[in-house]
Amino acid sequence: MLDFSITFGLTLLMILMVLNLGGLLLWIERKGSAVLQDRIGANRAAILGKLPFNLGIVNTLVADPIKLFTKEDFIPPGADRLLHTLAPAVGLVPLLVTFIVIPFGDVLVVGDREITLQAAQLNVGILYVLAMVSLSVYGVVLGGWASNNRWALLGGIRGSAQMISYEIPLGLALIGVVLTFGSLDLQEIARAQGALIGGWVPAWGILYQPVACLVFLAAGIAESKRTPFDLPEAESELIAGYFTEYSGAKQAMFMLEDFVEVIIVAALVTTLFFGGWQVPYLLRDGFHFPWGASLTLPGLAVTLLQVGAFTLKVLFFCWLQIMIRWTLPRFRYDQLIGLGWKILLPLALANVMLTALVILLFASSPLAGGG
Amino acid sequence: MDFVTFLALAVPLVAVAIMVIAHPSPVYSALFLVLTLFLLAVYFLFLDAHVVAALQIIVYAGAIMVLFLFVIMLLNLQSETLRAQRGGLGRVAVIGGVVLAAELGLLLARPTADPARGEPPEGFGTVEALSRELFTTYVLPFEVTGLLLLVAVIGAVVLAKR
Repeated sequence: MLDFSITFGLTLLMILMVLNLGGLLLWIERKGSAVLQDRIGANRAAILGKLPFNLGIVNTLVADPIKLFTKEDFIPPGADRLLHTLAPAVGLVPLLVTFIVIPFGDVLVVGDREITLQAAQLNVGILYVLAMVSLSVYGVVLGGWASNNRWALLGGIRGSAQMISYEIPLGLALIGVVLTFGSLDLQEIARAQGALIGGWVPAWGILYQPVACLVFLAAGIAESKRTPFDLPEAESELIAGYFTEYSGAKQAMFMLEDFVEVIIVAALVTTLFFGGWQVPYLLRDGFHFPWGASLTLPGLAVTLLQVGAFTLKVLFFCWLQIMIRWTLPRFRYDQLIGLGWKILLPLALANVMLTALVILLFASSPLAGGG
Repeated sequence: MDFVTFLALAVPLVAVAIMVIAHPSPVYSALFLVLTLFLLAVYFLFLDAHVVAALQIIVYAGAIMVLFLFVIMLLNLQSETLRAQRGGLGRVAVIGGVVLAAELGLLLARPTADPARGEPPEGFGTVEALSRELFTTYVLPFEVTGLLLLVAVIGAVVLAKR
């Protein structure tokens, strides 16, 4: 019963954190885009008249949700009512449950009990992530089809083609990482990155798999359907693509879906390539610096440092993706499909071949499992 | 797996599988097939076959069925056009169903060891165990399947270039 409560608590914590971060990202995006375009950005709503620093927090975190959730929920005539209502949930739920396999800390020792800070330890961790991400395509496809609108249908079809195309380089980039660390469990991968190369440099995945990191980040941004890969929405051609006919809370769910995908990509890039919750030189009992100094810390402080490091890294990659969105122009559709199949796919395949060859030739490597 | 769990998994599975062929709308049929494949993956989970469950979702529910839906939506198939074609195909389907039922009956009639009894070996259903089997005992069928898929890819490219 206690085990069940712990798992349930960790799952709930993870999902609530993701939902909160989704809202926060909306604000970062509003203000970030305003900074990049030399605008002021959201600054209208304020509690009690005027605040000294009106950063638009009230706008995006209070006023916008209230507006979205009290708007009329319009279902267009001729639309498939059941699928139109189901589509946002079908897209969002698989994305939210993805987070149960992402580790956000090592172990927390409470009394004589060790709690691994990962809601579910699955042997098939990465495969589970891929499975759930691939299921979320249905939200886009169904939303586009059930709206009974040509722009929406075009957006849905574009979305499905794009997400299927980019899942392949995404998966192949992960194979390089799996080969390097010899495990599919994200917690094992994060732990392996605590090793030091030559006693100084943290053995983070990016040092072993730089190509996989680039391919993964590009394919991941394409999966989240944001500029420069926002062809399924493409507001200048398709109005709003697959969610043209959505309003109110359902539209809010589609917007949230985009941000949750951004967080998934950020969390995975952090875990696979940037050490996950690892803080350099921090072991379970405190800091051990390579120049000999060491600092002993209680277990709770170590855990807090790790969770903090993970959060910071995830925030950084969320911010990076938002900056990319507001910096680069949109691809043309043939360029988009060409990039996926003609550049990222061969690159990822070559990376897998090269990694496998290196492992075969130099089977004894600094990492566990021979990477 | 005890009998209650089996029923709780198998009854919905068969019910949505029947809906695949019973529903008049092609889009709904395809969606029920997705649901069938998803429930089958859950069934695999309860049999400790985690890798098979994950692959089932990635390959069938997440990729192949999306392409099915893609084609159905692109052609904009209506329920009526399909109903008109049902006559000829129906007879073939009935014959196929009878043959399949007969085969299953014959298989069930033979006394065999119950694979569900007894504990699975250590590490059963993990990635490591499955991969080891795949690359030792079943390496020939595995490679032949790879060749078959390669031929299919080349065939698709040739047809597309025509």
